[in-house]
Amino acid sequence: MNSTGTWSRFNITAVTLGFAFLYLPIVLLVVFSFNASKLVTVWGGFSTKWYVSLFHNQGLMDAAWVTIRVGLISATAATVLGTLGALALTRYTRFRGRMLFSGMIFAPLVMPDVITGLSLLLLFVAVGFDRGFYTVTLAHITFTMCFVAVVVQSRLVTFDRSLEEAAMDLGAPPVKTFFQITLPVIAPAIVSGWMLAFTLSLDDLVVASFTSGPGATTLPMKIYSQVRLGVTPEINAACTILIALVATGVLIASVANKRREVQRLRDEQAAQRG
Amino acid sequence: MKSLGSIRRAFAPWNDPGAKPYIHFDRVTKKFGDFTAVNDLSLAIYEREFFALLGASGCGKSTLLRMLAGFEEPTSGRIMLDGQDLAGIPPYRRPVNMMFQSYALFPHMSVEKNIAFGLKQEGMPKADVEKRVTEMLKLVKLEPFAKRKPHQLSGGQRQRVALARSVAKRPKVLLLDEPLGALDKKLREETQFELMDLQQELGLTFVVVTHDQEEAMTMADRIAIMDKGQVMQVATPAEVYEAPASRFVAGFVGNVNMFEGKVAERSGNSARITGGTGAEITVENAGEAVKDTEVSFAIRPEKIRISSKRPADAINALQGEVYDIAYLGDMTVYHVRLDDGQMVRAATMNATRVADDPLTWDDRAWISFRPDAGVVLTR
Amino acid sequence: MANAALSSRDADAVAQSLPERLAGAVFSRLVIIVPYLWLLFFFLVPFLIVFKISLSTTAIAMPPYTPVLDFADGLAGFVAQAKELSFDNYVWLTQDPLYYTAYLTSVMVAAVSTVLTLLVGYPIAYGMARAPAALRPTLLMLVILPFWTSFLIRVYAWIGILKPEGLLNQALMGVGIIDSPLIIINTYTAVFIGIVYSYLPFMVLPLYSSLEKMDNSLIEAAQDLGCPPITAFWKITFPLSIPGIVAGCLLVFIPAVGEFVIPDLLGGSQTLMIGKTLWTEFFSNRDWPVSSAVAVILLLILIVPIVIFQNAQARAQEAGR
Repeated sequence: MNSTGTWSRFNITAVTLGFAFLYLPIVLLVVFSFNASKLVTVWGGFSTKWYVSLFHNQGLMDAAWVTIRVGLISATAATVLGTLGALALTRYTRFRGRMLFSGMIFAPLVMPDVITGLSLLLLFVAVGFDRGFYTVTLAHITFTMCFVAVVVQSRLVTFDRSLEEAAMDLGAPPVKTFFQITLPVIAPAIVSGWMLAFTLSLDDLVVASFTSGPGATTLPMKIYSQVRLGVTPEINAACTILIALVATGVLIASVANKRREVQRLRDEQAAQRG
Repeated sequence: MKSLGSIRRAFAPWNDPGAKPYIHFDRVTKKFGDFTAVNDLSLAIYEREFFALLGASGCGKSTLLRMLAGFEEPTSGRIMLDGQDLAGIPPYRRPVNMMFQSYALFPHMSVEKNIAFGLKQEGMPKADVEKRVTEMLKLVKLEPFAKRKPHQLSGGQRQRVALARSVAKRPKVLLLDEPLGALDKKLREETQFELMDLQQELGLTFVVVTHDQEEAMTMADRIAIMDKGQVMQVATPAEVYEAPASRFVAGFVGNVNMFEGKVAERSGNSARITGGTGAEITVENAGEAVKDTEVSFAIRPEKIRISSKRPADAINALQGEVYDIAYLGDMTVYHVRLDDGQMVRAATMNATRVADDPLTWDDRAWISFRPDAGVVLTR
Repeated sequence: MANAALSSRDADAVAQSLPERLAGAVFSRLVIIVPYLWLLFFFLVPFLIVFKISLSTTAIAMPPYTPVLDFADGLAGFVAQAKELSFDNYVWLTQDPLYYTAYLTSVMVAAVSTVLTLLVGYPIAYGMARAPAALRPTLLMLVILPFWTSFLIRVYAWIGILKPEGLLNQALMGVGIIDSPLIIINTYTAVFIGIVYSYLPFMVLPLYSSLEKMDNSLIEAAQDLGCPPITAFWKITFPLSIPGIVAGCLLVFIPAVGEFVIPDLLGGSQTLMIGKTLWTEFFSNRDWPVSSAVAVILLLILIVPIVIFQNAQARAQEAGR
């Protein structure tokens, strides 16, 4: 809808209420992480003591470290595999089993976690992998690579193939063309794919619970086991840190993006003026 | 230095039986599934020629160009370049370069990197690359923009970068796919002449694909009119316009009036054609028309005179009624409904500010033309 | 190099060199084969294993099911083991009301939540699509941002709000609307709230993208032809946003059926959903065969919506070309 006309009162109300609904719970959670009282829902004055105790909670810190390592490794591997998958889907419209392949790319996007987790666990047991850090990582690669594939694929669909033809026309063989032209041009989509994979890995509770073993407890697993015992300000503090980290990352990325966009627009206007 | 005109006037290798074609499409067919894009097509293009492939979208002209560039392989037939069969040679090994319709400038590289790209691929020493890039920037008058990225350029500048990039390698043949399609009208007209100068200066063979007949007529030495994967006529712009080979070509290039009729008489080179309702036309250039066969007589609007009285000296004159008048400034186009019902367009140059024989809507009028003003078409 | 090569008429130098052609061929094969094999091994094969184990019986061993179905005793041993496989677990699922109630409830809860999410999400997406163009990217980012923050954390945040002594009840009692706390947590209401909240971005995004690209002159044309705004919405905007609605509903419905975290944390022991049943069966009862059978049936229930989703994705991909 390209209207720049008035934004009606109904529309403003809908958006405001919607965003209040989306953000209020998170805001409350953050606010009560600074609560001096041990009761999470009764305000007892401002305090940062839960953050201090958080950093002395060795179990939580270990879990955070495991989560970050799993996230970094799985996101990177998933980005490579997902980009290849996206290329296969967009560039090769005919190969044996393409239907099955695209099914396997799209299905994990909506597959309930419990099924993914259970099936991967049973695979690891069947082939005799010891459950732990690497099984969680493999599981995360598998379900996040599909998200990467979808992100990269949507960029590839709008990719101007004549860029590659121009490179070949100018003498670059196909593989060289891919690395010198295609990859740099779709790089922003690959980076967003990586970020998405990393966050999904960071967030995952269910798949990790199934596929993890002793010594490889991830942060969501740790938080979950504490949440089951009840709401505590310490968990609020841990959640707040996670939210802050992710929000900062996303904000920096989008601000950088926005500035690039604005700069680009300004350049283009300047170019048109001559 | 010889003037452009003297060079172009003298250049006509297609009339020289001893000249060898530089590019030769030999019975080339290209199928995409059930669709035949190019159908058993043969075509010869000569060295240093500015050759245009003209046709509506989907006529196969772009496919022809892409086969020459190596992006498509012919289903059957051969394509020869300078005596060598191009079959099996990948695009990155062919001595032809292409200027893309979208320009296809690499968005992550500066203007100079774009121009240097092809040179680096052939392993040219760095100093030579720099020299050539500078030369190219100068050629297209973009020296101050060397460090800019494509999105920092205007449409016309991008077009010139694309051009510089595609000629930087000194290809044997430059292929141009709708090279001016993305420019506005005024810039397009300027650029047409720039392209022609460039072609002369570099001495390259240009093959340009276009759907714009004015563009093709202005720039090309010869034009191939294409339809449904086949070449309908290959000729100079003047020949295509004045002596179209078929009804299709006559109708495709410029405006035309068509009279359908039967050859009633043939003597020498002249003939008398009678229309279904009795209108008679005498022609002096009857060509291949055979007595008692159905033919079309095609005549351009500007070759028809319109007047309120029958001109005394007219051999061909038909009467009708002015149905509509389009005043275009430099000329006026009259739509006349002849007494047999046929609509005819007659264009008159407005050489004076006030017409001496003013005709208006619903006036009775005569149209007249010389016996050699049109062509008889049998195909 | 190309130019020089051709003028020297050296056919061998012109044709693609063998290593180059090999590199190209290997590269294009790898692009397909590597992700294909990965998904076959880590996505498809696991399902076959799940199906196989669902036909086994539970055992106190590691792995805790029998037969293991291996070739330790040669082919004969394999065949003997294969004969032990049976559909007993599936029969068991139909006989115990716990399971079919859980399936039925899950589908109902997911369906109701999907409709609720659509009702909440549509006005938001519509309002965003109608916002000033300069504001839209920011609004879009604000919808996506919660999606980047942990699902678990967002569900957890609601516990503190919905508890009997939680913030919602405190606020309502403080204002004087109610005298005694509402019991929301550990009810289906809490599950609905949790699903709507968590899946809202999945609904808003496809709706927004289908509404945003809609040409506003369509509405203007309808109004110009005498259609009042509300009618114009139902006759023009709504039908054109149906692809977005379908995509959004599938993105919410399919994962919601098998949802575990929300019913577990917000629904408590009072609610019965199949994701939780599977989890309990697996982790608490350690009954791998039965939990596998539960997963197989769940997959069968979801296969139709998943296929619809895939087709919609494939069509969107084709349209994007």
